[in-house]
Amino acid sequence: MAKAAKTNTEDYLRMYTQMVRIRAFEDNANQLYLSAKMPGLTHMSSGQEAVAVGICEALTPEDKITSTHRGHGHCVAKGAEFKAMFCELLGKEEGYCRGKGGSMHIADQSNGNLGANAIVGGSMGIATGAALSAKMQKTGAVAVCFFGDGATAQGLWYEVMNMAALWGLPVIYACENNGYSEYTRTDEIAAGSITARAEAFGIESYDLDGQDVLAVNDLTQKLVERCRKGEGPFFMNLKTYRYHGHHVGDINREYYRAKDEESEWKTTRDPITNFGKWLEGEKIATTDELIEINNSVRKEAEEAVAYALEAKYPDVSEVDMHVYVA
Amino acid sequence: MREITLSKAVNEAIAEEMRRDPTVFLMGEDVAEAGTPFKVLAGLVEEFGTERVIDTPISEPGFVGLAVGAAMTGTRPIVDLMFGDFIFLVMDQLCNQAAKTHYMSGGKLSVPMVLRTNMGATRRSAAQHSQSLHALVAHIPGLKVAMPSSAYEAKGLMKTAIRDNNPVVIFEDKLMYQDKAPVPEEEYLIPFGVANVKREGTDITLIGTSSMVQVAEAAADILASEGISAEVIDPRTIVPLDEETLIKSVKKTSRAIVIDEGHQSYGVTGEIAARLNEKAFYHLDAPVVRMGAMDVPVPFSPALEDITVPTPEGVAAMARKLCSGEMIHAA
Ligand SMILES: Cc1ncc(C[n+]2csc(CCOP(=O)(O)OP(=O)(O)O)c2C)c(N)n1
Ligand SMILES: [Mg+2]
Repeated sequence: MAKAAKTNTEDYLRMYTQMVRIRAFEDNANQLYLSAKMPGLTHMSSGQEAVAVGICEALTPEDKITSTHRGHGHCVAKGAEFKAMFCELLGKEEGYCRGKGGSMHIADQSNGNLGANAIVGGSMGIATGAALSAKMQKTGAVAVCFFGDGATAQGLWYEVMNMAALWGLPVIYACENNGYSEYTRTDEIAAGSITARAEAFGIESYDLDGQDVLAVNDLTQKLVERCRKGEGPFFMNLKTYRYHGHHVGDINREYYRAKDEESEWKTTRDPITNFGKWLEGEKIATTDELIEINNSVRKEAEEAVAYALEAKYPDVSEVDMHVYVA
Repeated sequence: MREITLSKAVNEAIAEEMRRDPTVFLMGEDVAEAGTPFKVLAGLVEEFGTERVIDTPISEPGFVGLAVGAAMTGTRPIVDLMFGDFIFLVMDQLCNQAAKTHYMSGGKLSVPMVLRTNMGATRRSAAQHSQSLHALVAHIPGLKVAMPSSAYEAKGLMKTAIRDNNPVVIFEDKLMYQDKAPVPEEEYLIPFGVANVKREGTDITLIGTSSMVQVAEAAADILASEGISAEVIDPRTIVPLDEETLIKSVKKTSRAIVIDEGHQSYGVTGEIAARLNEKAFYHLDAPVVRMGAMDVPVPFSPALEDITVPTPEGVAAMARKLCSGEMIHAA
């Protein structure tokens, strides 16, 4: 763990709680799939919590994020509520997108989440555009573009980095580098260094441990401040790991990823366990207090699931609503 | 005859053509060891190796561009585009480059490549993984477009596509990969531009593409029980289109519904209906009706998604109206 001054106990506990909330959300979403209660497939972000939370805790609701197909964590970390999220996953009227988007398209306008995206790399232009508009309108807002290591193969990234660097846009490109592009190791399909690619545009870039929520948060706070002063853009390459398969249906995956590797990450590099230990070591929280956080978050998630299962589907008349702005 | 899945049929077609012609190779995301997310290409890398079954980065415009160049210089690439929705990413390479090269070069260059991708809603995959975008490429001269409606067509059309000297785009319905149909063990090809009359009838012609052939057949069953005799036709390729067979049928039945899973506006249904109006007007007793997918992005919620696509009941209801003369004076 990075040595952060023990300045704000509340912030630390909120970061811990937010990571636990993401894990609880994902466990319940997975259960909904396994019990055939969820339409379609979904991509779990368990294991990657420290990236989403470390970054989003350094942002205000006015700051924008763009998310990915593996987007539940970003959404929770940016302040979303469980009920409206589970309703969205189940295609219900009270979902964040009235059931129209589902897991891969959750957006939460109220908290500055411009949306998950089912096109790999599809949000790179959007995030950069949000940074352009922040600069034009002098809002002081920053945009964070989350994407995976696989997405660095999309040419769009290189086009928008060029413009962001040319025009000094307040955007942070955050690569959640979990080592895999679907069912293929990314190092088998990526040449050279990802960080060097951003550096080639003159973009200040950082490689860091994405399992260390404090390190992620510290760096993000600094970069966000500098973005607000017009020193952006930046690139963060965050080494992390996804615990589940590519999506909930990807269960037999030993042909591309060894069980040993998975258990190694889970047992030694879990962002929640390790941060919990640090909190205890620094006497910020006791074991019992952490257990209590876990229990109450689990309860909240289960109640939200029960609520969403009973909630109404949108009326069929909504089908052609929202195609155009009224 | 043995029955195999549509997935297996595609796999067999590609394997047979790769054995037959060493210049044929496969390229796309997760095509090798993973055999694609739908497992359609499973086993091919084991037989043909990673030189001919190539996993690419997630760089769709890049690898489609590579395929165009490779096709212009002596090979026959089959490019796998994981979801039909990603066709928007590769439009320049496909439509500005592949489609026009032969023409622009005055016939000197050619692009013998196949782009295989998919289509079809109701899989709860939301608006960016559910589209049926074949009309977009069918609009571009220089591209051929095949739409298999069963395992049998999937195999025969794929083999023809691979041997064709033009760029061909094949749209498979992703909900049909596990559907079985009789497929002969012996080799066969299905020529492009030859429609298949699936069922003969006298009162109305139902023209369906891809999975809408099944919808048309199910509608024909409903109608038969009410004494309405429907003819069902599968064009199999929309470019080239077998107008002759369609016109002949409509001249006989004097009514037609065109059913396709693309959006109804500016789509395949409108194109086919227009040709029938132009070329069989005298024989028509009712307007030719288009039944496409609703003009909305595909919604995620099951409560909404299911009403966006044509159904057998909806087609049967429309056929009833046409046969009873209800549509003739429609405003
Ligand atoms: C343009 C595009 N190509 C391919 C896909 C299919 N696909 C979905 S996720 C994925 C892998 C993405 O890998 P990465 O960016 O590393 O994100 P991760 O899944 O590891 O979080 C692929 C190939 C897609 N959704 N969009
Ligand atoms: Mg990845």
